[in-house]
Amino acid sequence: MDFAFSEEQEMLRRSAREFLAKECPPSVVRRLMDTPDAYDEALWKKIAGLGWTALGIPEEYGGVGTFLDLVVVLEEAGRALLPGPFFSTMGLAVPAIIEAGTEAQKKKVLNAIAEGSARSTLALTEPAGRWDAHAIGLGAHQRSGGWQLDGVKTFVPDAGVADHIVVAARTRGEGEDGITLFLVDHDMKRLEVKPLETLDQTRRWYEIRFDGAQVGADAVMGSADKAWPHLKRALEWATAALCAEMVGGVQKVLETSTEYAKTRHQFGKPIGIYQAVSHKLADMLVLSESGRSATYYAAWTVDADAPDRSLASSMAKAYVSDAYRKVAGDGIQVHGGIGFTWEHDMHLYFKRAKSSEVTLGDATYHRELVAEALDL
Amino acid sequence: MDFELSASEKEFRDEVRAWLKANGPRDADGEGDGAGDMRAFIERRRAWQRKLFDAGYVGLTWPKEYGGQGRSFMDQLIFNDEMILAHTPEPINVIGLGMGGPVVIAHGTDEQKKRYLAPLLSAEEIWCQGFSEPNAGSDLSGLQTRAEDKGDHYLVNGQKVWTTLAHVAKWCMLVARERKETNPRDGLTYLLVDMESPGIEVRPLVQITGDAEFNEIFFKDVKVPKSQILGEPGQGWAVAMTTLLHERGTLGLALATRAQITAAQLAERARKLGRGSDPLVRQKIAQHTIEARALQLNGYRAVTAVKRTGIPGPEGSILKLMWSELNQRMTETAMDVAGPAAQVGDGDGWKYQFLRSRANTIEAGTSEVLRNILAERVLGLPRSR
Repeated sequence: MDFAFSEEQEMLRRSAREFLAKECPPSVVRRLMDTPDAYDEALWKKIAGLGWTALGIPEEYGGVGTFLDLVVVLEEAGRALLPGPFFSTMGLAVPAIIEAGTEAQKKKVLNAIAEGSARSTLALTEPAGRWDAHAIGLGAHQRSGGWQLDGVKTFVPDAGVADHIVVAARTRGEGEDGITLFLVDHDMKRLEVKPLETLDQTRRWYEIRFDGAQVGADAVMGSADKAWPHLKRALEWATAALCAEMVGGVQKVLETSTEYAKTRHQFGKPIGIYQAVSHKLADMLVLSESGRSATYYAAWTVDADAPDRSLASSMAKAYVSDAYRKVAGDGIQVHGGIGFTWEHDMHLYFKRAKSSEVTLGDATYHRELVAEALDL
Repeated sequence: MDFELSASEKEFRDEVRAWLKANGPRDADGEGDGAGDMRAFIERRRAWQRKLFDAGYVGLTWPKEYGGQGRSFMDQLIFNDEMILAHTPEPINVIGLGMGGPVVIAHGTDEQKKRYLAPLLSAEEIWCQGFSEPNAGSDLSGLQTRAEDKGDHYLVNGQKVWTTLAHVAKWCMLVARERKETNPRDGLTYLLVDMESPGIEVRPLVQITGDAEFNEIFFKDVKVPKSQILGEPGQGWAVAMTTLLHERGTLGLALATRAQITAAQLAERARKLGRGSDPLVRQKIAQHTIEARALQLNGYRAVTAVKRTGIPGPEGSILKLMWSELNQRMTETAMDVAGPAAQVGDGDGWKYQFLRSRANTIEAGTSEVLRNILAERVLGLPRSR
């Protein structure tokens, strides 16, 4: 057993941190928050140039590196609050295409993603906001050799800039049977992408309306009605990937707050000398380290295709969802008034914590999955 | 990153599994926690350690030249996990194995290593730890037990308290003050005291559980030969810190595995009591299980760090802090799921655990002290004192 990243992966981390400090400092994050899609084409090109958009994609489709390499970069992206479709492309769409896509779809889309010429996302949730198979209701019916899609997907990250969208649809029955994935183009007819006003301005969500949208038979990913097991595995990748981003954010909040507690003086002393403050920071450290352990393990189970990958990713998401929210809130508290200002970055992490918490199922949802795994 | 066992590790696991299956006592055979006759309980645990020792399963990571097995931390982890799966109890000499041995290996002379380690491993000699005093708890440097230099020996006078196993121990790791210095951490001397020496009196202290698991020790003109100093005279603080580092680090791993058992037992209890369908119970037990797992994974990361750097770091304090508070929450949930029945009889053993867990956040470093350690030594915040 070896529970640490390799020397090469630590080098990747250092170079990712340096790159993001230079190319995506808080000033850039804030500039992108004011744009319609929180997306910067030039930044995306640089990221692709570093090879980040190829990480975790199989070599035969233009990829390089493993899922664990991607996790290292995602952690740094979360630390820097990198806006735009990196997570939605690499964390949501890529695993769905790898798991369920046809050879032709993989060749076309994965290669395009790897070389940096395409962005993508996953449209799974509907207005009920649930992540389980039963909640997938968007209708798809066979029509003149292809399929017609009718219904609404919502809370879809980065749909405004995604060239391809993986859509989970209901083609028959209920529950896990009768789910079909479609790979559709953003620009197709009778598909309307509408931005939503989100708490977390660094990560944009959209509503997608399908109003008799027609796709060819070649849009079906794998075989019709049987997509759930593939989608479930893709969601395990996605969950571990999101947790990695969140852990990066937790660590940044902890470091910023610790630094502030060392330098901010009150009553003639640095506030970090007072145990009311230092013990809060110690608790933040425990949450950070434990969330990191749970996340790295989940990432390993996905990478190694270990039998407990479903349980491990649920455990990580349950833990890290609560941890990030708590740490980001306490980070504001340690900073006092300045932490509550728009000018300070702490609120950006607080908001990202919330948006990540409710993405891919919150702690309550994943605890229930753990309870099921325990045969309770 | 790799969690797969190597071929030799798998082989070791299979060997341990088969041995434990053939030789291990079961909790159900009256090997539970502390209930009943304490002396008989201790003798059973002593015999169990002897059996483990004869099979080569005690001191797995210790050097071979001192009776250990020279194996890796990974093998120790594998062994711990197999003990859990087989529901076998811990060996009697927990304090000696977790602290006494490692500190002798780190600071002892060759002669001391030869003298103390082998009987510690075989449970022929049980160890206890004489650090805390009535007026020196979290602030160990305030201790008042004196060690007076009498040429070829020290004369020890004073009192220690909260000493687990003192009534059956042969050796006590004692920290005493040899001389007063400006810095109270200077002038302390670390002695290994023979508990059979004249002038030692051990009095049991009854805990809130009703058991007398720990003791007070009174030292009156107790002669300790100088061959029994560990480390340098007056430099006992450093030796004491090594002891505590091992206490919270390597012992932390044992706690991480123990948390797994408690969480599994709790889930079993909820199922048995028919409470498994209650959404709030499901949420609570899932959360405990997740935290127990996170704790274990923190331990694995610590083991990897030890493998790379050689010593347990202050991160070990995270394990102990997490375990103690989690264990209290788990025993509370165990009581809650039974309702009023939890109060009656022995509450299926949980009544004892519920009470005993209150000590977890006090013994081996209070949660407050551990948070100070994390704040100061890991985060680098200014010292509060």
